[in-house]
Amino acid sequence: MQNVAILGASMTQFGQRDGWVLDLLSEAGSACLNDAGVPPDAVDHLYVSNMASGEFEGQTGIMNAVTHDLAAMPAYAARIDQTSSSGGAGVKHAWQSVASGASDMTLLVGAERMTHRTTAEATDIIASITHPLEYKHGVTLPSFAGLTARLYLDTYDAPRESLGKVAVKNHRHGVDNDHAQFQKEVDLETVLESPIVADPLRLYDFCPITDGSAALMFCPESVAREYTDDYVLVSGVGGATDTHVVHERADPTTMRGVVESSRIAYDMAGLGPDDVDVAELHDMFTILEFLQSEDLGFFEKGKGWRAVEEGRTEIGGDLPINPSGGLKSKGHPLGASGVAQVYELYEQLRGEAGKRQVDGADTGLACNVGGFGNCVITTLMEAV
Amino acid sequence: MMEAYRYPDGSITFPGHPIGPGGEEPVDTVDLSEYTAEVITWTTSTATPPGVREPNTLAIVEFDVDGEPVRALGGVTTEEVTIGDEVRPVYVDELRDPEAGIREPDSQAWDGYRFEPV
Repeated sequence: MQNVAILGASMTQFGQRDGWVLDLLSEAGSACLNDAGVPPDAVDHLYVSNMASGEFEGQTGIMNAVTHDLAAMPAYAARIDQTSSSGGAGVKHAWQSVASGASDMTLLVGAERMTHRTTAEATDIIASITHPLEYKHGVTLPSFAGLTARLYLDTYDAPRESLGKVAVKNHRHGVDNDHAQFQKEVDLETVLESPIVADPLRLYDFCPITDGSAALMFCPESVAREYTDDYVLVSGVGGATDTHVVHERADPTTMRGVVESSRIAYDMAGLGPDDVDVAELHDMFTILEFLQSEDLGFFEKGKGWRAVEEGRTEIGGDLPINPSGGLKSKGHPLGASGVAQVYELYEQLRGEAGKRQVDGADTGLACNVGGFGNCVITTLMEAV
Repeated sequence: MMEAYRYPDGSITFPGHPIGPGGEEPVDTVDLSEYTAEVITWTTSTATPPGVREPNTLAIVEFDVDGEPVRALGGVTTEEVTIGDEVRPVYVDELRDPEAGIREPDSQAWDGYRFEPV
């Protein structure tokens, strides 16, 4: 099996954008080609991570369109949809294409265009992933978060304020990320007094609706060395699936997809949770940062909330989580988010993250969650 | 009927699946509407999609079917609910407006059960 390197990366401004999904894909894709110094005709495989361009704007076949726009023909192209974890799934497929020897140069581009829809419409498009039994009750992803947050706070005797502190921390990190949708701090009082969305969670417990794109270039390490010595390695990738029907899980505060996908990734890399220097987690809702930080093995079950209270997950703490600002402040353009998590680690592991730089970051972990933990991808990366 | 499936290993799921958690096909059905359940957790959603009541109080509940736990999710008939409450299923012929959302109206049923505190 080939050692897989990431040779180049890019991300667009996240937020409310004028361009549509094909514009965003082309913007990130061409920037990534430039960053990697790879000509388009050298691309063997091109994957597009996207959840719902058909539903959001009536544009399908986007893997073919972006391959043409980037002049990457005759590269093999495919669109990868794994709902909110489409980006992570794209990382896994891109890694597989190179590790297996099927491709010597794979471009992954993730994008979503969402902000032209009303919040209610976007919520309904995302809620269409649910089982018919859930959908007919008007269940949304935010309502799963509310159900789980209440159970977590009740089971582990955690204070409501601890969830708010996740939002405060990630907004503080996002201030120094020029690509982020929100580059401003929020205080705890603002979070705790914002409008209720899914009791006990409030507006500032949720990520925004976002347009944006990000891209990564994968190749064998031997090929990367021909271009540069400034690359990072993908040392482990795992994917796992939990129940489609969320209420069928015996313990809703444990995300089996996180447990299983990280076990695969740790085993592949020969690493464990104690080896991780920096992590990008899927904080689509504040409660998810606690669940993932526990199910990845960073903290004991039911104790993840204490870590944020103690400042351990801030930049400068012993395990910084979401130095990019996370989905919470950076934004969550569904198919782009998992790609942008890896983009942040690519910058961190090369020491190029500027004011967000985590000192001594040699090993990074990204966890990208689809649905409410329905599909999860965990990726481990190492500096060279 | 609030139909759950029973599998050879004794487990019961709601909804039913062609293959159960133990890897075997179902052998029987159970009507959960004949039982009461306990509220495991709940939320009141105020940002609801098109065609959904607002606010929408939802709960995950657990039935005890002769010693076998079975969980279900559904709307609650009131906003006054707490963890540990006992609830019973109440039939509703249309839980949300089938025409308002993204899903094809003919692709699924729209009736079902909400939970009412006992």
